[in-house]
Amino acid sequence: MAEIVLDKVTKRYPDGAQAVSEMNIEIADGEFIILVGPSGCGKSTALNMIAGLEDISGGELRIDGQRANEKSPKDRDIAMVFQSYALYPHMSVRENMAFPLRLAKVDDATVNEKVEEAAQILDLNQHLDRRPANLSGGQRQRVAMGRAIVRSPKAFLMDEPLSNLDAKLRGQMRTSVSKLQKQLAVTTVYVTHDQTEAMTLGDRVVVLRGGHVQQIGSPQFLYEQPANLFVAGFIGSPSMNFVPGTLEDGVLKSVLGTTVLTDRVRRLVEAAGGPREVIAGIRPEHFEDVSLVDEKHREAGATFRSTVDVLESMGAEKYAYFSLDEQLTGSEELAELAADAGSADVPGSGSTIVTRLDAASAAAEGRELEVWFDPERLQLFDPKSGKNLTFDG
Amino acid sequence: MAMQTATAGRKARWALLDIIVVVYALVPVLWIASLSLKSKDTIADGNFIPREWTLQNYKDIFATTEFIRPLFNSIGIALIATFVAVILGMMAAYAVARLEFPGKKLLVGVSLLIAMFPQISLVTPLFNIERELGLFDTWPGLILPYITFALPLAIYTLSSFFREIPWELEKAAKMDGATPAQAFRKVIAPLAAPGVFTTAILVFILCWNDFLFAISLTSTEASRTVPAALSFFTGASQFEDPTGTISAAAVVITIPIILFVLFFQRRIVAGLTSGAVKG
Repeated sequence: MAEIVLDKVTKRYPDGAQAVSEMNIEIADGEFIILVGPSGCGKSTALNMIAGLEDISGGELRIDGQRANEKSPKDRDIAMVFQSYALYPHMSVRENMAFPLRLAKVDDATVNEKVEEAAQILDLNQHLDRRPANLSGGQRQRVAMGRAIVRSPKAFLMDEPLSNLDAKLRGQMRTSVSKLQKQLAVTTVYVTHDQTEAMTLGDRVVVLRGGHVQQIGSPQFLYEQPANLFVAGFIGSPSMNFVPGTLEDGVLKSVLGTTVLTDRVRRLVEAAGGPREVIAGIRPEHFEDVSLVDEKHREAGATFRSTVDVLESMGAEKYAYFSLDEQLTGSEELAELAADAGSADVPGSGSTIVTRLDAASAAAEGRELEVWFDPERLQLFDPKSGKNLTFDG
Repeated sequence: MAMQTATAGRKARWALLDIIVVVYALVPVLWIASLSLKSKDTIADGNFIPREWTLQNYKDIFATTEFIRPLFNSIGIALIATFVAVILGMMAAYAVARLEFPGKKLLVGVSLLIAMFPQISLVTPLFNIERELGLFDTWPGLILPYITFALPLAIYTLSSFFREIPWELEKAAKMDGATPAQAFRKVIAPLAAPGVFTTAILVFILCWNDFLFAISLTSTEASRTVPAALSFFTGASQFEDPTGTISAAAVVITIPIILFVLFFQRRIVAGLTSGAVKG
């Protein structure tokens, strides 16, 4: 167990490309921290630098207060679970899990005891004498976890450990990874590109983009108080809706109509020295079918009318999609998010508003619907810098 | 029904093709074997199956040092050359497959160049060099050129095997606390074993079959290998045709190769690395 500190850690490749720039993260002892971001954001590079599989070009990595930049992986006492599991195919499950202990020259009795113990935790007892080739994906994944936990390392590093599993198994394994981490209370750094895993697993989440840390915080905090457009768009599913707007005297003009800002929002924007042109963001669940909102709230909120493009009924809730005339342009961050989600290639999807409505809503495809939303929930962003003007952290 | 006859027709065509290939490849071998079992009087009768069976030819070749000594040379030289070439080839191939270093393309290019170099053009210089150095007609005098020409083959074959071993296994071994040497010995080498054996067979055959260097760089039985020695075979008198004994010797020197392949074939298990990583 250990705390891990990344102090201005930088990775520069010989060709000049900078994969990670001055990353500062302090990971407390026993903490479960998630590095999340779209592909190419530097999260795996950061993990490999902590592991010692890649050299650190600048800054300092401290494990337990000691500089670890030059230490080889074996001297760092850190275990890693790979995306591909990387099980040794010529060894049985038992030997795979015993391998780190054998290298550490632990005596046979202890090795057996520890392997049995780990197998017990991961429910692998019946499979100990099988070869990895004969195991299912989920079992292989557990063997990889077992190999990491047998030697009680200072920290676990996990590189997208669940991304090769099918959706159902991924859900189950997500819960068991979380339970296991709490049970063992070992510092864990977990890399993923899946924002659901990031939201559900970690004590804290680090959002990365292009090698830069965008924001660090608890999942709930990132959700409620995203520091910028990128975090706002990345965290949450379905993601936040963005519309361009003009701000004048505390009134927002956009395709959602003319909205009077609430005092709190207005104060924050003024304090941030907000420009006239902004991007307004609002999450799907902050919309509601106007007929289902009681009179009192309706007064306080704002509404807009539009034709329902597509309606998805999930049983417990309904997702209504609206097309807007106005295109959102000029934000590099949104373009990257769209590219990552793959929606950049889908024609016309850039200007869709997604709303989550109560299942009781009478919304129907092709019919007009009046939708209510709470201006208190609006987040306003600077289109140039992407900064959240309503950030209250 | 039509489908079935179609597949039956296909099967028949393939079977016919296979038979032609097998016959084409095996008839000369069997012919040699048949010659070696014929007695001196019937050797030129043109029969495929000998009318008079005899093992006299085999007795004759093993009765003289003219064959036994070269056989010993052949085995020794080919084994040593194979061993050295495979060890060096493993190191080079590992570097080629895994590391980025300046001059890597050059190294691969040069080894390809060596493999394609016409050996005959090297015979005269090698002859002179070896005579000056005192390597002429010695075991090292043959082992060295064999290693040189076997290395490109070894590097090419081995590096393609190394490339198939998932890179992450080595990272995993490092994370599990292995030194680079331990990672290589305990994880990479066992997985590369099929490739190593395949390469060993190919290199061994290359050395075993060589005639050009064997005839040019040797002069006595001290280092003459079997392919060269065969050409020096004579009959009991100079008027006698040594066809029978040459055939017998040819059959005998084929046996080690067959044994070698059969022995290592068990080790060449396809798909040994399956289950290591997903996919």
